[in-house]
Amino acid sequence: MQPLIEVKNLKKYFEINNGIGKKKNVVKAIDDVSFTIFKGETYGLVGESGCGKSTTGRTLLKLIEATSGECIYNGKNILQMKNREMAEVRRDFQMVFQDPYSSLNPKKRIGQILEESLIIHKIGDKNSRTEMTLEILKKVGFQEEHYFRYPHEFSGGQRQRIGLARALILNPQLIICDEPVSALDVSIQSQVINLLQEVQKSFDLTYLFIAHDLSVVRHISDRIGVMYLGNIVEEAQTDELFERPLHPYTQALISAVPISHPKQAREKIKLKGEIPSPLNPPSGCVFHTRCPYATEICQSQKPDMRTFSSGRRVACHLVEE
Amino acid sequence: MQQVSINTKDLKKRMYAEQRSLWIKRFFYNKMLVFGSLLLILLGFLVLILPFFIKSDPLVMDTVNRFKAPSSEHWFGTDSYGRDVFSRVIYGGRVSIIIGLAVTLISGFFGLVIGVCSAYYRSLDHILMRFCDGLMAFPAILLAIAIMATMGPNSFNVVIALSIVFTPYVARVVRSSAIVIKEQTYIEALKSQGASAWRILALHIAPNTISPLIIQCTFIFADTILTEAALSFLGAGIPAPEPSWGNILYDGKLAIFNAWWMTAFPGVALLLTVLGLNLFGDGLRDLLDPHTNKAKK
Amino acid sequence: MENDILLEVKNLCTYFSTEKGKLRAVDHISFSVKEKEIVGIVGESGCGKSVTAESIMRLLDEKNLVSYEGEILYKGNNLLSLKKNEMQEVRGKEIAMIFQDPMTSLNPVYTIGNQIVEGILTHQKISKKEAKQKAIDLLRFTEIPSPEKRFDQYPHELSGGMRQRVMIALALACNPKLLIADEPTTALDVTTQSQILDLLNKLKDELNMSTIMITHDLGVVAELCSRVIVMYLGQIIEIANVEDIFDSAQHPYTEGLLNSIPHIDGDRSKKLNVIQGTVPTLDKVPVGCNFAGRCQYATDKCREVEPELKEVMDNHFVKCWNYELIRKTNKEENEIATPY
Repeated sequence: MQPLIEVKNLKKYFEINNGIGKKKNVVKAIDDVSFTIFKGETYGLVGESGCGKSTTGRTLLKLIEATSGECIYNGKNILQMKNREMAEVRRDFQMVFQDPYSSLNPKKRIGQILEESLIIHKIGDKNSRTEMTLEILKKVGFQEEHYFRYPHEFSGGQRQRIGLARALILNPQLIICDEPVSALDVSIQSQVINLLQEVQKSFDLTYLFIAHDLSVVRHISDRIGVMYLGNIVEEAQTDELFERPLHPYTQALISAVPISHPKQAREKIKLKGEIPSPLNPPSGCVFHTRCPYATEICQSQKPDMRTFSSGRRVACHLVEE
Repeated sequence: MQQVSINTKDLKKRMYAEQRSLWIKRFFYNKMLVFGSLLLILLGFLVLILPFFIKSDPLVMDTVNRFKAPSSEHWFGTDSYGRDVFSRVIYGGRVSIIIGLAVTLISGFFGLVIGVCSAYYRSLDHILMRFCDGLMAFPAILLAIAIMATMGPNSFNVVIALSIVFTPYVARVVRSSAIVIKEQTYIEALKSQGASAWRILALHIAPNTISPLIIQCTFIFADTILTEAALSFLGAGIPAPEPSWGNILYDGKLAIFNAWWMTAFPGVALLLTVLGLNLFGDGLRDLLDPHTNKAKK
Repeated sequence: MENDILLEVKNLCTYFSTEKGKLRAVDHISFSVKEKEIVGIVGESGCGKSVTAESIMRLLDEKNLVSYEGEILYKGNNLLSLKKNEMQEVRGKEIAMIFQDPMTSLNPVYTIGNQIVEGILTHQKISKKEAKQKAIDLLRFTEIPSPEKRFDQYPHELSGGMRQRVMIALALACNPKLLIADEPTTALDVTTQSQILDLLNKLKDELNMSTIMITHDLGVVAELCSRVIVMYLGQIIEIANVEDIFDSAQHPYTEGLLNSIPHIDGDRSKKLNVIQGTVPTLDKVPVGCNFAGRCQYATDKCREVEPELKEVMDNHFVKCWNYELIRKTNKEENEIATPY
């Protein structure tokens, strides 16, 4: 498999101003994250709120400027690119957002919203743009007449499909899906998940799928990275990860997911306390404050990301192959 | 391919027609708006069209017929110089309304630009908004008088002075709604597509601030007419003998116990205009507010 | 057997007066909650599950907005016929409620200790000092670390999970018998959610409380509830014990819901089941069965005549004409899936 993008040592620190004369605080939203996404796969990024998964997605599109690090696409580091060069990349990288309500301009018709992307990238003329839009609408399950409707006439699931159409219309390589189904009702979620899988096949797409719902991520992803407090703590093939989670956090996270049948008995790993504030993350391993197995070395030394023979990576002192 | 484009054109036409009929239905459902608009149309007709048909000149003095009570000849009576109050109110209304319109358009435009820009660029925000705060710290009338005093009284300067006074009010309203819109995900989506700042500002943020802008503008229209009347009343507005509602009232003040008609008629005209504008503004707010719209669809 | 029924809802209808006319948000629902029982109410947004809860607590604006029909019997008294001040006595003291968003349900300008003490003092005549001690005990009971310290903190200093614990402590202030929890874990992360679910279980075991758990998450139901009520468009379409819901759902909507969520241990290669269409709005409630428009088994009869909620098995109620057919197809599918 060929890598599509390689993210190396990505960091994003936010500075918080405490007012004049006071010390500035630094929030380490992403602290040294590296991963590779291969062509045609779905890479899931999972973690609890505040772990930096959404920030990671946004830095790849330069919606948030990264503090340091590289993101190699087609042999070039896109984080260093000037705006003009970046325009090309933006065509290849698209995003589907979480909130189906605020992600569409309420004052524009659906057709106008979709054509806007084409206009920005100066593709086609007026007529061909309309035709491309109608074609893409059909692909995500709408009819021609929906071209003239306004967003408020659609339900959440339908809007999410329009959001997907907006991403697809430029024929991208990579779509970053930021919690695309978490705002939807359960019966609607499956519609959108199925559609995402269908268009992935027909458009030959690569997904970076960001979500907090482990069941959904597991269903759609080929590989998964688990994030905690700005770090990827474990990365593995989906089935491997769920069958034999190695990092204590992954184990706890999986065991916390509600059971799918009342008769099922699963041993739960109880975590102590709550996620520490990223304002002053723990020293050493970021997870040691809640880890049931933490030892002295975990408190003082940050574990390196180690790659095991099957290609899975874990950042934990205690895990042996 | 050809067929597709014909098809969409037809569809487009039909959709726009549907939209139109829906708006018309909603308009007539909104009683306040209908009443306000009728009042404004009536006043507009009287003030803008009528001057071409009435013979009596508002400036011609007739010293023999001073302080005549309303009669069939002089509907609103005559003033201290024997001028026909009816034609003065009509002509004065024209001046007042034209000034109101000009000030509304100018302050609306600059307010929109300043508001949208300061919402989008945080560095600009501090400068522009502090400047606006400074202007708003003075009472509107006082500031207008100060500007008029430096520039000298004529109708052009009145427009400029009042535009300066009212622009910050528009900018404030536009800015606060633009800040909300700027944080919406669809703006982020546009950024991720690579849309230029200018494009986002002009085509996506500005149109979404239109409803609060229009509503603010109707209030400014009403305010301008009142402030201009006050300025003229204080002698800092439209210079005599040119009539405006303000300076007609000023003239009438001296004879209010002897000739009530000199103050009553321009006063009523002013009252009706402001009432009409406020009704229109309130109604428009309801019409454009999506929350109240849901009820009638 | 009959005596241990704590709350009984009989033919409850809740109407909203809107510009579109009188809308029936809750449509002739009947169910009961026994002592020491956790009942789940499941459904998608707009199905009337939250309105049901707010009707029981009578939290809605009765002057302008809502009107009720039917009865809500709490320990035999009809809550709907109580006067305002009598209802005030019931709220908090007998029935308490916690909400989805713990940030907006706590007052940001008072310390959490203050708010709990106030809650205790409104219904109990004890001294302030005793109340404070009780508040700290409550905080300790909800497993908040170092409760003495938390007592003097403001809501914004706590995380979402902590705030939900404070809300539960606040709800427990006057030893209510029934807790209504409206999506209490929806805004929380999974690890926090599992802690809160444990806490709710503890209420049942240690305080003998009953709980009505309102949620859209069937996983939460599986963890916590013993009986499940499935709602769709203001109506109850299925009531059963939790195992029966998961093993042999009879209503096509319940079945669809169960199959449309990906499971943590399910088959990944299988495509998710889809319930076509979306929930209609309340002013466009169809004739006949409410679900007919989205149902894959719907017949002409379904579109014309509304089915009754009837008991098809022991303690298992379904509102569907074709449940027998659905049971049969499910059985066949299961046999194919598990050949042994």
